[in-house]
Amino acid sequence: MQRSVHRKKMSFGTMLVYIVLILGCFITLAPFAWMFLTSFKTQVEAVSIPPSILPRHWDLSSYLTLSNKLPFWRMYGNTVLTAIIIVAGQLTLCSLAGYAFARIRFPGRDALFVLCLAVLMIPSSFLILPQYLTMQKLKLLNTLRAVFLPNLFSAFGTFLMRQFFMAIPQELEDAARIDGCGHGRIFVQIMLPLVKPGLVSLGVLTLRFAWNNLMWPMIVNTSPEKMTLAAGLSYLQGQYLTDYPSIMAGALLSIIPLIIIYAIFQKQFIEGIALTGIKG
Amino acid sequence: MKKRRLTREKLTNWLWGYSMILPLLLGLGVFYFYPVGKVMRDSFYNVGAFNKSSWAGLANYEKMLSDSGMWKSLGNTFSYVLIIIPATVFFSLVLAALLNTKIRGRGVFRVIFFIPTVTMSAAIAMVWRWIFNGDFGILNYLVKLLGGQGHYWLSEQATALVCISLVTIWMGVGYNMIILLAGIQGIPSVYYEAAELDGASKIRQFFTITLPLVTPTLFFVLTTTVISTLQIFDVIYMMIPAKSTAMRYTQSVVMYFYRNAFEFSKKGYASAIAVFLFVIIMLLTLLQMRLQKKWVVYD
Repeated sequence: MQRSVHRKKMSFGTMLVYIVLILGCFITLAPFAWMFLTSFKTQVEAVSIPPSILPRHWDLSSYLTLSNKLPFWRMYGNTVLTAIIIVAGQLTLCSLAGYAFARIRFPGRDALFVLCLAVLMIPSSFLILPQYLTMQKLKLLNTLRAVFLPNLFSAFGTFLMRQFFMAIPQELEDAARIDGCGHGRIFVQIMLPLVKPGLVSLGVLTLRFAWNNLMWPMIVNTSPEKMTLAAGLSYLQGQYLTDYPSIMAGALLSIIPLIIIYAIFQKQFIEGIALTGIKG
Repeated sequence: MKKRRLTREKLTNWLWGYSMILPLLLGLGVFYFYPVGKVMRDSFYNVGAFNKSSWAGLANYEKMLSDSGMWKSLGNTFSYVLIIIPATVFFSLVLAALLNTKIRGRGVFRVIFFIPTVTMSAAIAMVWRWIFNGDFGILNYLVKLLGGQGHYWLSEQATALVCISLVTIWMGVGYNMIILLAGIQGIPSVYYEAAELDGASKIRQFFTITLPLVTPTLFFVLTTTVISTLQIFDVIYMMIPAKSTAMRYTQSVVMYFYRNAFEFSKKGYASAIAVFLFVIIMLLTLLQMRLQKKWVVYD
């Protein structure tokens, strides 16, 4: 008797939990749904009152506007290219430095590592103006190099990779050393495969940053041909103020690749983020 | 003989070590360390068109004191902090706690709540701007349907800053929820088993076990969201047109910095603003580190 009362009480609590969670899902997903639905409406339908929820007929003209009147696919290509370079660059440079800081003894190592950590304390808005002036001096404004160059170097990534290299037992390295391996082979053949979870986490976090970053690409590249998507969206919004379907189509197309990658690598995304909380 | 072999090994070690960190250090030097010096220097100069600079002494800092735009944007920034931080922490903690229960489908919920975190803030701001649109926005339609009155949400003084805050909260909850969830899952289950034996309710368990033991993670979430909210920019930039009157009562310090640097071409003054903001961020972070002893539980 008491047991059933208890169960009934629990199920009321569980129901409340579900209501809150489902409400949360609705609030999370509704803007995406609205973005999707608006992008398939005509301009006239988008501003009709009362608004229609579903498009009266699924119209593709907003997507054609994007393709025809903007270098939209060019911006897409720019974003893909710079994101790949930033991710590849950070993975290479951070794992090299992380390995050296974690497993090689050399004079000044700890001081240099502390110097790297100091970078973590500097907010990005503090650096952006002098970084811009540097790019200007190097005559790199309005080039894709300007978008990725400063972002190849990451103190956070180095710190993260160092933590992973530190966790590898010394015996493995000693055994390889006895077999006559030098640092090069130990690094590539033994250590790198063992820190794969770290590389994947850093990779997805960096990709998320590189794909979505707005301020830096927007400042260094003002010609639409050289813009990345985030900057391109602000340009699109400025050009087509009232063409809401096209604006929504641009926004939707810009977020789809990362959502797909997230769907595939969700475990790594979530673990990568959780890791920053534990190790940061 | 043996000693010589050892030093040679040491030398190769050194060589490997230095050459492996060299590319990183060069990059950090050019793009991080040099800029720190440069921005501090520029804050004492007038940097005009074509980057001709002349010594200005403390003029940029003095100007800041009497610049009402600067004070307004500082006030706005603190308003953002006061609205966004408590709401983000509250919602992410509630969701994390709910997802830590043994309900069905929590994997799906977790995946959905995290989606805003992987989407670009520029795109998110655009759809919210469309939702808040005063003439054709779906929000006004719903409000009127319920008998309320429509608003130009993003241009009225009473609502614009709150709307930007809401969007930022919406964007930040999933990220912090994940971090807090990891923190909650790190709490040893023996505590809960003991509480269960004592007959403590789930609510009671949350307040006596979960909340105190998650405070280290909460501290991390708090410091990082304060730092990022003090630098709020993307959402304002995408939602408020530069020439709108709403800019004045929504712009943050970083927005004001950006406009001075790249729209008004006052790079010296902008540098001084950047230094000032950096000092504020440092002071607030130090303050939080001090205060943590009072509320964070370390076992």
